[in-house]
Amino acid sequence: MRDKQIEDLKDYKYGFSTDIENFKAPKGLNEDVIKFISNIKKEPQWLLDWRLKAFERLKVLKEPDWQKPKYPKIDYQDLYYYSAPKSFKDKPKSLDELDPKLLETYQKLGIPLNEQKRLNGIAVDAVFDSVSVATTFKETLTKQGIIFCSISEAVQKHPELVKKYLGTVIPLTDHFFATLNSAVFTDGSFVYIPPGVRCPMELSTYFRINASDTGQFERTLIIADKGSYVSYLEGCTAPMRDENQLHAANVELIALDDAEIKYSTVQNWYPGDKDGIGGIYNFVTKRGLCKGKNSKISWTQVETGSAITWKYPSCILKGDNSIGEFYSIAITNNHQKADTGTKMIHLGKNTKSKIISKGISAGFSDMTYRGLVDISPKATNSNNFTQCDSLLMGNKCGAHTVPYIKNKNSDSNIAHEATTSKISEEQLHYCQQRGLNPEEAVGLIVNGFCKEVLQQLPMEFAVEAQKLVGISLEGSVG
Amino acid sequence: MEEQLKIDFEKKLKDFSYSDQEKKFKETNFKEFLKQGFPNRKLENWKFSDLNQIIKNNIGELTFYNDYKKENQIDKIELIRELEHNRIIIVDGKIEKIDFKFEEKDKIEVLDEQGEETIKENINSLINLNNAFSNKFCKIIIKKNYSLKKPLVIYHSTNKNTQSKNTNSRIDFKLEENACLRIIDIFKDNSEKNFLNIYYNFELDKSSILKNYKIDKSINNNVKYSYNNVKQQANSISETFILSSGSKFFKNEINCDLLGQHSSAFVNGIFDLDDENHHEIKSNINHLVENTKSYQLVKSVLEKKSKAVYQGKIFVSSEAQKTDGYQLSNAILLSENSEFNAKPELEIYADDVKCSHGSSSGSLDENSIFYLMSRGLNYKEAKKLLINGFLLDVIEKITDEEIKNLIKDLLGVKE
Repeated sequence: MRDKQIEDLKDYKYGFSTDIENFKAPKGLNEDVIKFISNIKKEPQWLLDWRLKAFERLKVLKEPDWQKPKYPKIDYQDLYYYSAPKSFKDKPKSLDELDPKLLETYQKLGIPLNEQKRLNGIAVDAVFDSVSVATTFKETLTKQGIIFCSISEAVQKHPELVKKYLGTVIPLTDHFFATLNSAVFTDGSFVYIPPGVRCPMELSTYFRINASDTGQFERTLIIADKGSYVSYLEGCTAPMRDENQLHAANVELIALDDAEIKYSTVQNWYPGDKDGIGGIYNFVTKRGLCKGKNSKISWTQVETGSAITWKYPSCILKGDNSIGEFYSIAITNNHQKADTGTKMIHLGKNTKSKIISKGISAGFSDMTYRGLVDISPKATNSNNFTQCDSLLMGNKCGAHTVPYIKNKNSDSNIAHEATTSKISEEQLHYCQQRGLNPEEAVGLIVNGFCKEVLQQLPMEFAVEAQKLVGISLEGSVG
Repeated sequence: MEEQLKIDFEKKLKDFSYSDQEKKFKETNFKEFLKQGFPNRKLENWKFSDLNQIIKNNIGELTFYNDYKKENQIDKIELIRELEHNRIIIVDGKIEKIDFKFEEKDKIEVLDEQGEETIKENINSLINLNNAFSNKFCKIIIKKNYSLKKPLVIYHSTNKNTQSKNTNSRIDFKLEENACLRIIDIFKDNSEKNFLNIYYNFELDKSSILKNYKIDKSINNNVKYSYNNVKQQANSISETFILSSGSKFFKNEINCDLLGQHSSAFVNGIFDLDDENHHEIKSNINHLVENTKSYQLVKSVLEKKSKAVYQGKIFVSSEAQKTDGYQLSNAILLSENSEFNAKPELEIYADDVKCSHGSSSGSLDENSIFYLMSRGLNYKEAKKLLINGFLLDVIEKITDEEIKNLIKDLLGVKE
């Protein structure tokens, strides 16, 4: 039974592409394309101005090159910046009007778009290429005053909220990829939780890149008002293609007084084939701002896909007593490369942060943990704990740890520890002696190694992630 | 500054009778330095300090030419009395005296001819500067199976009148098979506002042992940079200890290539900083073959507006299976204006390794102070006792008893 399962999953399960006619913006990056995107989305003037301002800034910015995984130069003029299924030009009013082929795609992905499947209890916003397809469970959420919709919809219906918070965590003047996103972002999710509301279900977004030559630039904005709570999940897949595709998303989280945001990602973009051809470049900017007192932001990520992953979900701990957490599993196999980690910037008093990072590299892959902990002079009585462990399988891969630790406050404590090792022969021997085959044994040990992080994931995701960990390492032992 | 550099370099070339080869070597290095200039924050190794700024703030206009015809005060340098020792005295970057009076003469050779292989090196712009402006080449060879009876003390000094000068000194060492050498670096600063640039090159043959203790204790207003390049063959051991305390700015860089099996490298350091001092240690341990070992321990005690930076890197190549690498840094911040930055880095390409690092920074433990005070000590004494114990950890790592005691006395640390 298990063998069959593995056989099914061995190759990238989400590698299909859906044959839907696409409606694209002209190729290339220029003011006209930005105006085109803005126009097609019927955006107000202020947003167009904002985009153009970002574009102006982009002209003088240089692409960063300090990262460990190097990649061939991207020709930004050779990309489509907007791609939408053609049938979407007149947006469907309900699920029934959706293109059946689209629904089929989502069924293949296992996303419970259909509201019948209430058992799952997850509200979904699905983003296909550049456009948000459908959002489920709208009614239940609206009753509580929760806004969960695509960001284009939010621009139309709640412009005051979008205008107030967009770009406050990742400003226009940020680095190259973030600014690129600000100029050309197409869609994404928008969440607003009103004061004192505890969101009754997990909110979730599925991203899928379908069309070729498309960059996906989505923008997510989550605002948790005073005393509220939300748990948000994000999943990503893409079809198998020979060329590399760019994914440069921006995610902004804002937690006001006493609010808590939990953001979980299971990233399974197409990693390229065994020889490292194709795959997604996942250059994402994720940043959370603990704006209010006693607020909390927690990032959990399971990174198994993408040819190159390059991202640092960060927390700016501005409010007093605020808490930032980062739990990460990054797995690289074959020719995958990852340079990921976090930044914890302590500005407020009594702020706390915790970083648990587990990296596993196999095959010819390369894994880097890069992190920053910065305690500013005013962040009295702050605390940080960092643990990053790496596991190596084979001597063709690499695992690197590059932490930056800055302490400017004498009443604050920072503790950092890191280890790098391989699975010990004794452990393997012990498991095999008890009847597991080598691959099962490795799977078991790796799951144990990742346990601290897997525990942080919501139930449904934890099961998926655990499977994913096993699949990603297929063929790396022996 | 470029004009000044060119003028001073011309003067330098005229002063000494360099061979054509040396001249060429100096010129290439000079050109390279002109191209790169002083290191700045854009370089990963200098992320936490801008040398240009530091020189500007502490020295002002820097000149590079030293006139050695002036009377120098070599006899006035205060020597260590606690310990019998061989000595090298360097004044303003020039080696004034080499004295191995306790050793057998035929076991130590001093060369002043530069070998071909040194010409190609290109490490960083400060080494280029050093190579362009340092004086006659000097290489000390310790012969096979010879172990020096007494330690070698290298005094780094400046003349009283030397100010706003850059001084460069370089010594190469070769330890032949089974040889053993202990070096203590001591700084005797007779003047202020100079930039001292020191470069040591060590070749360690099979089973040789090198111990290098750098002691920067007396308070002074100089800016210093020191680079140790160590190449180790099989079974060799290198031990480096750095006491970083007195200077305005001091950056120590240690580069260790473990080229032979079962070679090991130890780097230990203490930052004991006060006022606005800013000190750094950057280590680079390269494990290039199987079965090598490295161990690093750095502890800091930071007062007032001082700042310490520790950048330790362990590199393990894919051939270097069975590597054992360890790195630990702890810091105590005693003032709200002090700052500690660390970048403990691991770059690993082999799977059968045991590598780990730890780093912590924070204040003195209130509970420990409470405990000691409840037993009758006052706050000051309690604090002193705790720091004493904290630093003793590193000092205990010194393998040479004689020198360990000397350093204990210097720091006022008791057992």
